[in-house]
Amino acid sequence: MTDLLLELFGEEIPARMQTRAGDDLKRLVCAGLKEAELPFEGAAAFVTPRRLILHITGLPLAQPDVREERRGPRVDAPDKAIEGFLRGNGLTRAQCEERDMPKGKFLFAVIERQGRPTGEVLAEILPAAFANLPWPKSMRWGSGTTRWVRPLHSILALLDGAVVPLTFAGIDSGNQTRGHRFHAPEAFAVTDFDGYRDSLLAAKVRIDPADRRRRIADGAAQLAQDAGLTLVADDGLVAEIAGLVEWPVPMLGAFDRRFLDVPAEVLVTTMKVNQKYLSLRDGAGNLAPNFITVANLEAEDGGGQIIAGNEYVLTARLADAEFFWTQDQKKTLESRLPALDQVVFHAELGSLGAKVTRLEKLAAALAKDVPGANGELARRAAHLCKADLVSDMVYEFPEVQGVMGRYYALNDGETAEVADAILQHYSPAGPSDACPTAPTVVCIALADKLDTLVGFWAIDEKPTGSRDPFALRRAALGVIRILLENGLRLQLEKAFATARSGYAVAGDQKKEAQGLLDFFADRLKVHLRQQGMRHDLVQAIFALGGEDDLVRLMARVTALDGFLVSADGANLLVAYRRAANILRIEEKKDAMRHDGAVETALLRQDEEAALAEALSRAVEKIDAALAAEDFAVAMAAMAGLRQPVDNFFDAVTVNSDDAAQRRNRLRLLSQIRATLHKVADFSEIEG
Amino acid sequence: MTGTPNFNTKTFQGLILALQHFWSEQGCVILQPYDMEVGAGTFHWATTLRALGSESWNAAYVQPSRRPTDGRFGENPNRLQHYYQFQVIMKPSPPDLQDLYLGSLAAIGLDASNHDIRFVEDDWESPTLGAWGLGWEVWCDGMEVSQFTYFQQVGGYDCNPVSGELTYGLERLAMYVQGVDHFQQLAWNEPGNARSKSYADVYLAAEQQFSAYNFDHANTDMLFRHFSDAEAECAALVAVALPLPAYDQCIKASHLFNLLDARGVISVTERAAYIGRVRELAKACATAYLTAKGELLSNESPKGVSSGGAA
Repeated sequence: MTDLLLELFGEEIPARMQTRAGDDLKRLVCAGLKEAELPFEGAAAFVTPRRLILHITGLPLAQPDVREERRGPRVDAPDKAIEGFLRGNGLTRAQCEERDMPKGKFLFAVIERQGRPTGEVLAEILPAAFANLPWPKSMRWGSGTTRWVRPLHSILALLDGAVVPLTFAGIDSGNQTRGHRFHAPEAFAVTDFDGYRDSLLAAKVRIDPADRRRRIADGAAQLAQDAGLTLVADDGLVAEIAGLVEWPVPMLGAFDRRFLDVPAEVLVTTMKVNQKYLSLRDGAGNLAPNFITVANLEAEDGGGQIIAGNEYVLTARLADAEFFWTQDQKKTLESRLPALDQVVFHAELGSLGAKVTRLEKLAAALAKDVPGANGELARRAAHLCKADLVSDMVYEFPEVQGVMGRYYALNDGETAEVADAILQHYSPAGPSDACPTAPTVVCIALADKLDTLVGFWAIDEKPTGSRDPFALRRAALGVIRILLENGLRLQLEKAFATARSGYAVAGDQKKEAQGLLDFFADRLKVHLRQQGMRHDLVQAIFALGGEDDLVRLMARVTALDGFLVSADGANLLVAYRRAANILRIEEKKDAMRHDGAVETALLRQDEEAALAEALSRAVEKIDAALAAEDFAVAMAAMAGLRQPVDNFFDAVTVNSDDAAQRRNRLRLLSQIRATLHKVADFSEIEG
Repeated sequence: MTGTPNFNTKTFQGLILALQHFWSEQGCVILQPYDMEVGAGTFHWATTLRALGSESWNAAYVQPSRRPTDGRFGENPNRLQHYYQFQVIMKPSPPDLQDLYLGSLAAIGLDASNHDIRFVEDDWESPTLGAWGLGWEVWCDGMEVSQFTYFQQVGGYDCNPVSGELTYGLERLAMYVQGVDHFQQLAWNEPGNARSKSYADVYLAAEQQFSAYNFDHANTDMLFRHFSDAEAECAALVAVALPLPAYDQCIKASHLFNLLDARGVISVTERAAYIGRVRELAKACATAYLTAKGELLSNESPKGVSSGGAA
């Protein structure tokens, strides 16, 4: 048993690509080993900005020897057959064995292949794995033709302490690596993984990203604590920083308190996005005038120049933000509206200014369906909700769209309700994001998403496969969540039509609306599946057509679900399928449908008559219950059908010799189907 | 080698002299600025055209650069419509280019034992030049001090060998080295004597006047006319196999577009079309340049260009 140690050392790999690259290297090499029949005990990938590392343990010293026997033709077979067998196995007649078998004497080819040494196999597997590593973007350098993420400098490949000889990108493998770029740049030799890891640790390189993340998080928390502050947790940022350093050294810096007048969201955003700094809070929970930067160095002077430099840079950034904040407040949101006419929403769908005009009408129209909403407030919020996009601050920091709109609205003297609606109208931004509940917010959050969806459907720009550049799936999910979580009754088709009337684009609006409703059905099914609910029942209701009120749809789904788990429901579903099957077969045979009225005079058996009567009673009850949206009563009415239906199937032969009677009985079955279809399309129910 | 001169890198001109000296020591041709209005040092023929073809090429130069839309009448601490870039191009990119670059930072006083220097992903693309490359922005203590790019394509042609390009933003770098927070305060030459001049002394009036020109007074009818003239002249010169004069016209068209853009007379849709027109010129120049050098395969044409391109 032996170990493989592999390191690809080069120039800085973008942080966002590192984890994936380590996983891919491991996957490709392991697949190569498997294919070469080389088992192993463990495989671990590590990655730093400058190296991809793979450690594979428990490898055999060589592939297993292979002995294979192939039976050929009989010795007295025609020459052609024997020649073919020999050629196929690359053997001469003399190299074959002859064996007595029950059916005569046969030729046998015995092929013995000795397993090759693992190192030799690796020398082929590894370069192939490197060449197949799928970087999101790759490049050439110097005079070379190999593509890699950035220039590669050396390859360390050791098996059992010995170099696995290979060449990739014009680089021959060896047993050397280098330490930290500034602390320990000299090359040194290693023999095994433990020695490699320890030598690099001494050379100021932590190879394990998890280790670096922990050092950053713990070190930052300690610095915060020592200063009487708390760290604003941000795992994503810590992971990104861990991809920028080999030797993380967190340092605490400060900025002028005057910048705290700028909204905290802006300060946190610029520190994070532009500088990769962690933010801090004071004892009262307010943003502190401090930051934590993570250097890649233990400076000779203790870090004084590094902190001073970072403070200088941050001051310039915050001065920009402060300038934008002051400047932006000099203009009202209202006065920014004309500038939105110059911003493209989509080349075929016009400007953001045009979108705002549509949103005003749509939000006001939706307000009629949102309990507690005021049409004028909704219109006002829609009027202003995009204006911050042309402010200097949002131009510079797109992440604070909406946030700035709220501040600027309050500064302009708009009501808190309007300001909050501007802030929250983009939400929910994802499955875990909070859903708006305030009536005004609900109006424009719905309007914004519906306008986008209807517009993109009008120009036939829909998501395909993994491509959804305009985040239309997220928009539809947003609408679904807002409606369901607020129990909001809205006829989607009517809302689509209102939204569509704002666009001048030509098109078959009925078809678009149906397509969009189908898209909503799909998104709803995905949403329910993620919540562990039955999505086939959604289809069973949608398939009836005409149901575009998601709240009512969910009430029907829930009632149906409850019914189907009851004994009556499960039983009736079986009977439904039996009726539907017979009908399908007989209607095909007769080339006609049997959905005419049942003739009472032809009901000869008691069970027929009882079923007919039960059906007509049930239809009446179900119709009344559906009209009253009392779905539990509708289910109870269906449950009442179980006994008569069962009795019918037990006692009555549908395919009677009397043609008129047969037709009448088929009509009864058709009635069963039609009655149940008032509640749901039972043919869509799975299981 | 004679002894290293002792430049005061805490002056703007000392910083430039130190960089020039450093890269001269690495064997680079030290050029003077391209005498055309350009948006960045990359537009100098010494980078764009010389990045094409197989011959080795190592050069460094200062390039005054103009971005009309960035004008702020001299009021913004670090945004100017006219600024300086220091540009280095090395073809083929040497294996120790990162180390050479770090050496240049040490030469201007940013030594790596006390400063936190990082290479942070930042890819480069110039739609007007039909060019792109991968690389980083280099951070020193959290500040971007340079762009570092390995050219992959220029004028629609694959670069082979690959050039390494370094671009230093001189005002920003100087502000950092001098520790001032507004470009106006930069010491241009030795401070503290009767002949001392600040950046403001040298350029503030120009920033004010050119901002007014760029935003309010540039004659757009004339600029549109000049754009068409430059475009036609470029195509005509390409047709008679004079890629270098043709490239001058391409660069003129590019700057005229920037001026029109700053005047706000080019709509969003037209914008893409104008950039496309300049790109066609750049590609035609690249084709003519490679043809003149005898390095173009007969069946080769720049990528992303229709066969009926601007030439």
